[in-house]
Amino acid sequence: MRYFADWIIENLEFTRAIPSEYVYLIIMVVGGLLLLLFVVPMAGALTFVERRVAGKMQSRIGPNRVGPQGIFQFVADGVKLILKEDIIPTAADRRLFKLAPYIVFVGSFLTFAALPFSQKLIAADLNIGILYIFAVSSMVVVGIIMSGWASNNNLSLLGGMRSAAQIISYEVPQILSVLAVILLTGTLGMQGTIKAQGWAPQHWFLFHNPFAFIAFFVFFISAVAECNRIPFDIPEAESELVSGYNTEYSGFRFGLFFLAEFANVYVISAVAVTLFLGGWNTPFYLPTGIWGLLPSAVNLAGLITFLIKTFVLVFVCMWLRWTLPRLRVDQLMTVGWKYMVPIAFFNLVGTAVWMLVWGDKSIAALLGG
Amino acid sequence: MELIDYLPIFILLIIAVLFVGGTILVSHMVGRRKYGKEKMSPYESGMIPVGDARRRFSVKFYVVAILFVIFDIEVVFMYPWAVIFKKLGVFGFVEMMIFIAILLVGFIYIWKKGALEWA
Amino acid sequence: MESFLFYIFGGIAVASALLVVTRRNAVGSAIFLILCFFCLGVLYLLLQAHFVAVIQVLVYAGAIMVLFLFVIMLLNLSQIEFGRIRNLALKVLGAALGVVLLINILGAINRPQLSEGVPLSEGFGGTAQVGMLLFSKYLIPFEVASVLLLAAIVGAIILARREF
Repeated sequence: MRYFADWIIENLEFTRAIPSEYVYLIIMVVGGLLLLLFVVPMAGALTFVERRVAGKMQSRIGPNRVGPQGIFQFVADGVKLILKEDIIPTAADRRLFKLAPYIVFVGSFLTFAALPFSQKLIAADLNIGILYIFAVSSMVVVGIIMSGWASNNNLSLLGGMRSAAQIISYEVPQILSVLAVILLTGTLGMQGTIKAQGWAPQHWFLFHNPFAFIAFFVFFISAVAECNRIPFDIPEAESELVSGYNTEYSGFRFGLFFLAEFANVYVISAVAVTLFLGGWNTPFYLPTGIWGLLPSAVNLAGLITFLIKTFVLVFVCMWLRWTLPRLRVDQLMTVGWKYMVPIAFFNLVGTAVWMLVWGDKSIAALLGG
Repeated sequence: MELIDYLPIFILLIIAVLFVGGTILVSHMVGRRKYGKEKMSPYESGMIPVGDARRRFSVKFYVVAILFVIFDIEVVFMYPWAVIFKKLGVFGFVEMMIFIAILLVGFIYIWKKGALEWA
Repeated sequence: MESFLFYIFGGIAVASALLVVTRRNAVGSAIFLILCFFCLGVLYLLLQAHFVAVIQVLVYAGAIMVLFLFVIMLLNLSQIEFGRIRNLALKVLGAALGVVLLINILGAINRPQLSEGVPLSEGFGGTAQVGMLLFSKYLIPFEVASVLLLAAIVGAIILARREF
């Protein structure tokens, strides 16, 4: 965001009359609104895509009535949710009931601040980027517990507690698996991690060494579990808990939980692409100087590359959901603590040993001599 | 890193809060409203709710939470280590292996004690 | 600008900390405690301590507060509204401890070296610098921390063991 602000101040005459702080502020507000305009329709569209994908996988059609191929289904759904009655149960704790959707949505929206989209498109390239993403998304757990508790409904509370227990169980292997990449890059910044990789698959961290390869799967499985998606959807198990922690929510409050959930699927995919799949790296190099600051063709190519990779992973999430059966609670905890955590630790030590023996050379570099 | 690099986050926070507040407000205004005692009662698949939902929970949730906190703190220590691992070399490796070994004892202990069994 | 932000977030932190101890509802207290931790995180940012700031949010607001909320629900504290403390000795003790803490803080503020500004070194407060200190100067405390964490694991299991 700062690149654009600096560029505009430098190159547009009329902005010089205004103090640079205001220019910064205006650009950042506009950028933030653009991000919102990306996230909300994208998350909405994913609900439609998911239903179509589900339809294809189950040999049926899926929603195809609203607009060509039903692509406006999510708009209709959104309008419907807004028009629905806004119910707060009498038994609920009204304040917390109202507060919970804020925390859940804000928690998932704020992670987008540190997500890179292309070489220059990133709201805030923090030097603690990946930790920031974990920190902000850990707020979602608080929101989920709060919504379950405030609803004062057996199903909601049980769903909220199960959900929270699941998310925190899988957060440990998730943040452990990321360490394998950080050992290789020596930075927590998102853009720095992407820059350390190349455009060709053999330069991705996924294929850097066997431990990084395993780390990707540990990361992705844990991340899917953190999104409460099948096969890890115990918290929302329809046949047991109605809808889990958001059972009592209606109207757009429910819609916000839904948006946050699908936004999170994008977030985990984008983080996986950043860490393991080469991010926005394209075979073209970004020119330096003034053109580098513009959303130039190379920048656009980076954006497209990044989005394609991310949506492929999003599709994999959907594919998993409609292919695998649900895990039982005890299996869920066993997978998390007895398999993922030890594997992640093993990976960490393995990567460190690899670094001691071969430095940060990848398999490709070693084979290539 | 300067403070201004964090400004976008603050702005996004405000935008997100306004978005949530705005949509809920619109939904509240245009949505129909009809009060009903039954409608406002907790949803329990058509059964009449018995008692209060906020009962005591299994201690297992507590154990999972405390294990999470402990492992979270542990992993947080590893992040600065990972960042400067190239500079630390073998010395840093040994330091971290001692740290992990001590915690591995704890991990084996909770495993043997059956704290990781949910059923 | 920075001192303005400091007073804003410091004010919110103090106010929410007061609300934590005055709320009767345990869940409400917990929510204000999260707000308080967030403001502390911002204060760390103002001190250029980026790594500590993000850890503050990740560990305290994220992890430890989830544990608190679980314990509140486990014991169902929400329904036992906290009554007033009637024990006079306890009140006096609490007040005395508060005064001791206040004197400590005032003493720290009065130290002359704090008033002099020192230019920050390159990368100050970043993860790398924290790591450098942690793995050289503060190596022993770091290793001892693992023993402390081990003790915490054993303690947690022993406390909960009856239920297995």
